[in-house]
Amino acid sequence: MSQDTPKISVTGLRKSFGSKTILDGIDFEVAQGESLVIIGGSGSGKSVTIKCVLGLIRPDEGTILIDGKDAVGLRGRERDALMKKFGMLFQGGALFDSLPVWENVAFGLIQGHGVSRSQAYAQAIENLAMVGLKEDVADLLPAELSGGMMKRVALARAIATKPEIIFFDEPTTGLDPIMGDVINDLIVHVREEMGVSTVSITHDMASVRKIADKVAMLYGRKLVWMGPVEEIDNSGNPYVDQFIHGRAEGPIQMDVRRP
Amino acid sequence: MNPLAPIGCTVLGFLAAAGRLVLFAAMAVMHCILPPWYPRLVLRQILEIGYFSLPVVGLTAVFTGMVLALQSYTGFSRFEAESAIAGIVVLSVTRELGPVLAGLMVAGRVGAAIAAELGTMRVTEQIDALTTLSTNPFKYLVAPRVIAATLTLPILVAIADIIGVLGGYIVSIGKLGFNPTVYLHSTFDILEPMDVISGLVKAAVFGFLIALMGCYHGYHSQRGAQGVGTATTYAVVSGSILILTFNYIVTEIFFSV
Ligand SMILES: Nc1ncnc2c1ncn2[C@@H]1O[C@H](COP(=O)(O)OP(=O)(O)O)[C@@H](O)[C@H]1O
Ligand SMILES: [Mg+2]
Repeated sequence: MSQDTPKISVTGLRKSFGSKTILDGIDFEVAQGESLVIIGGSGSGKSVTIKCVLGLIRPDEGTILIDGKDAVGLRGRERDALMKKFGMLFQGGALFDSLPVWENVAFGLIQGHGVSRSQAYAQAIENLAMVGLKEDVADLLPAELSGGMMKRVALARAIATKPEIIFFDEPTTGLDPIMGDVINDLIVHVREEMGVSTVSITHDMASVRKIADKVAMLYGRKLVWMGPVEEIDNSGNPYVDQFIHGRAEGPIQMDVRRP
Repeated sequence: MNPLAPIGCTVLGFLAAAGRLVLFAAMAVMHCILPPWYPRLVLRQILEIGYFSLPVVGLTAVFTGMVLALQSYTGFSRFEAESAIAGIVVLSVTRELGPVLAGLMVAGRVGAAIAAELGTMRVTEQIDALTTLSTNPFKYLVAPRVIAATLTLPILVAIADIIGVLGGYIVSIGKLGFNPTVYLHSTFDILEPMDVISGLVKAAVFGFLIALMGCYHGYHSQRGAQGVGTATTYAVVSGSILILTFNYIVTEIFFSV
């Protein structure tokens, strides 16, 4: 693999659920160590996009290359090997509610990498420390955590297996602005520490400015704009302008009835 | 519009659903057989499915045995055939009522619980999270439940058989004035090993079906709380119907050999 093979390369990605088309020809690339942020309204298909890349949803059409190798429809061992390159922070955390915090964090190590439970415990504590949590949360159950702690545990779980590519699905949604900023800092910190490529989804502009190298905007089943984060304020794209300023008036029409 | 079209659509939809279910069952069986296995999770499910179902199954069995003795007395005393009651009770309980009633009770309790748990895991993306952590949800979630239910139901039914016969005994001795020794003697006289074995085989089949329907509907749960609720209902209804269907099929197989 040469240095300039992109970590992720997606071309012509299409996906429909029944008669409803969600994605209609999406193309993007993420280079080694790069951070792509996908912005877009709720329900525009951001989560579906990264779930296609992760192999959780099978695309109808299009190619997805990970490190230059085709990733669509892999099964068995090849899929397992590919999954080990990925870490994912789910929108709602998706912590296993029957397992204590430390076992959630250590899950990928124990199940996927065959690490012994005692060793995995030690590594889980290290990962918890990395996201600013102390050992005393290790034995709590997910139901006992606050929203911010839950996101941090989910972050610790996503990085525990030392993946090469990490996906963040709305890491700051539902948190207060300060906790949101803490999570953004952690994401930046983790990226610097591990040198990973990341794909993040958000509609929080503070988050975009903090963690993005490159921004893509999803609207109407397509990526309507993609460019470096520095250009986002003068993209010249009306969709992007409306989105970053959060205006109700503009080319993006919401399905709301006016009084 | 062609008046046959809706019928065709319904039939095709039904066939597609049946096909999906059979595929799911085949996957489940395959993952039960192939390693890696999760013995800890199987044990936990055995406790969950078996041990905690004991009170429900025990109560069902004792009252069934009791009412059987009472009802058959009403009928058989008209022909002065009261001596057949012991046999009626033990055969009905071991061959039919033990497995079927225990199966239906467990379908309500365990099938629903499995569907609700897996459905919640689906809706909150925990099943997706398993996949991203290199763990196959079929192996980690489905296989332990299917194995545990298939192993546990025969044990539950064996216990239900004993309690059911005991229920008949209590009513026959305490209320109908039978002689205890004679009653027990005629109970064991008429009972063949095959009567018990066929009941236990049924139980294993029912256990498999209950866990399968719980897992299937939970795994494919639609989004939202309503999706989980629907999955739970379907798991119980389809589990119960499959139990009654397979009860006939297994009986037919045992009857013809
Ligand atoms: N598994 C699924 N089955 C059917 N529809 C789905 C599924 N997943 C997502 N959708 C639909 O796809 C659209 C985009 O969803 P999503 O990608 O989750 O949006 P968001 O951009 O907010 O993350 C939504 O309308 C949603 O209802
Ligand atoms: Mg989403």
